[in-house]
Amino acid sequence: MELAILTTLAGVVEYAVPVLFAAIGENITEKAGITNLSVNGTIILAAMGGFVAALSTNSILIGFIAGALIGAAVAAIVAFSSITLKQSQVAIGFILALLCRDLAYFLGAPYTNKPGIFLSKVPIPGLVDIPVVGPILFNHSLVVYASYLFIITAYIFMFKTRPGLMLQGIGERPAAAFARGANVKGLRYFYTILGGALVGLAGPMYSLAVKIGWAGQLSGLDGIGWIALAITIFGGWNPLKVAFGAYLFGGLQQLGITLQSTTNIPIQILQAAPFPLMIFTLLLVNVGRAEWVERELAAMPEKPRKILSKILRALRTSPPASLGVPFENE
Amino acid sequence: MSVKPQKPPSPGFLKRNTWIDFGIRLSAVVLALLFTSIILSLAKAQPLVAFGSIIKGAFGSTIKFTSVVASWVPLVIATSGLLFTFTAGLWNIGMEGQIITGAIFTVGAFRFLDGTTLDPTIVILLAFIAGAVGGVCWALFPGLMKIYGGVNEIFGGLGLNFVAKTIAIWLIFGPWKRPGVASGSGTEWIDVKFRLPYLEGTNLSLTILIIAICIVLFTAIMLKGTHFGLRLKAIGKNDKAAYLLGIPTTRYFLFAFGLCGLFAGIAGAILVTSKQYSLIPDAGFGYGFLGLLVAMLVNYHAIWAPIVAIFFAALSIGNTELQYIGLNSYFAGVLQGFLVLFVVLVDGIRKRLLRQR
Repeated sequence: MELAILTTLAGVVEYAVPVLFAAIGENITEKAGITNLSVNGTIILAAMGGFVAALSTNSILIGFIAGALIGAAVAAIVAFSSITLKQSQVAIGFILALLCRDLAYFLGAPYTNKPGIFLSKVPIPGLVDIPVVGPILFNHSLVVYASYLFIITAYIFMFKTRPGLMLQGIGERPAAAFARGANVKGLRYFYTILGGALVGLAGPMYSLAVKIGWAGQLSGLDGIGWIALAITIFGGWNPLKVAFGAYLFGGLQQLGITLQSTTNIPIQILQAAPFPLMIFTLLLVNVGRAEWVERELAAMPEKPRKILSKILRALRTSPPASLGVPFENE
Repeated sequence: MSVKPQKPPSPGFLKRNTWIDFGIRLSAVVLALLFTSIILSLAKAQPLVAFGSIIKGAFGSTIKFTSVVASWVPLVIATSGLLFTFTAGLWNIGMEGQIITGAIFTVGAFRFLDGTTLDPTIVILLAFIAGAVGGVCWALFPGLMKIYGGVNEIFGGLGLNFVAKTIAIWLIFGPWKRPGVASGSGTEWIDVKFRLPYLEGTNLSLTILIIAICIVLFTAIMLKGTHFGLRLKAIGKNDKAAYLLGIPTTRYFLFAFGLCGLFAGIAGAILVTSKQYSLIPDAGFGYGFLGLLVAMLVNYHAIWAPIVAIFFAALSIGNTELQYIGLNSYFAGVLQGFLVLFVVLVDGIRKRLLRQR
């Protein structure tokens, strides 16, 4: 196969990684019944914080730890406000999304465009020599390999283990989970903060590995968090499908980069390209539930109706039943 | 079994005593100032010097203060629109995009009517109408997608914000580019006769001030003094119950979105005719997002909107002074963000204390 195509596909795999961590992190939080809407701001703040931490300690690892801690701290505010205080999850998330972004641009100003350290590529010996697959999947930095493990771990944990079952329980039927002895509020705290830490990791993944450096507003990270939130919905709260959504997004971004070098479309247009698609996919996965669709379907002749409703049902995703609903031990 | 009427919650001194209530709210402001001071120290700036220069930047001269009022106008208009959607229980996060669409339509109208023999006043009026139409259309999108497509209005609105911005960029670099070379700094300026004149020695146009005052009054009356406002509130509290009680919820949802978009469009037209005089990529200047923060802060009380908005506008304008002490202009966002954050948190703590009594 042509080298250019392989490089492009490898780029897709790489670009998907931060979004993948953020979206699966949010997936875990939402499975527990809490929406953390602050993702967009968290990623930007963690990208800045991780970059600065790595730069000043000369340690990539500390950069990643800093990113995760920032994400966890922001998520802890969301958890306290939604679980303990029962304030609107949308409100607190939205405020934090804006606040963290401005905080990053304000505090990060002195570090703009400073040369820093970054994660280098580590081809996996043996695997990288496999034709086609090798250069696409196994010629990356460590975060990319971590993402493969992460997708599988998240999926197995969520659907195949006891704690994962409990996680689903507190998001679907918290009262029932409570009756079975689960500490619903405690677990919700735990998973919100865990999910937040994973979202936070996405920041240094950008600034230390995928889009190296910190360039303030020009880092081009604004908006990615909202996409990650949409991917969680698109993926129907299933880590495997969420990962698929993230790769789709990575593909779009890579396509943008390719187009930018071959045509003279302004970069801002290419950066915004995923958003109409996001609206469209959300429409696709949600429209099956709308009342008028059901009415129209009922009026249709037998055959097309069956096919159509099958397609709609296959596309449809449902959120955890108690997503956004506060829980009180009674 | 007879259903016992629930005992009304005992008022308690926390609820009755407005001074303690006020004190609790004040503590939110103190906390916000404390945290921003910490942030300023992290940025190696002296908090008092920074706050001082913000005050100087906002109130230091007539020009500066009238700039604050000129910035208050689009902010309070955006907030007013958002109060309608908030009351209906909707999150119109697409406000920013609606302001941008308003600006696009306004500039479009001026371009279309360029060289006409019509009186400039009429042209300006038509451009405002065009802007309003643009805002309404862009606001109905998330509304229709929510009602007929089941798409949460937060994501619909957010996506449309980016789409609106992209359309603006496309116009600036493409069909509406300046003669010669296209530039990110915007389209060509509108003719001088289409610009709203400033009052002598100020940065403020009287027209936009009057528009803003009218919109603020309209909003307060509609929400507090009419059946419409009451029904909208009922929908916001529980839309299914409201529907069963005979309120056409779909129509009210769309109306709230439409009204919000109308105000957004007007705000966009104001920004074009009295501030920017052209279409720029960031044609909304963040007023949509800032309006959301103000609307959250006033928490459905339309009467407080103008006061909080003037404070936020003063921060945004005074903030530009910070460049002289080596800080960038994202500081206003930080302070505003902390303020709303702590108000929400402190309000939650107050409610929790009340529940436990």
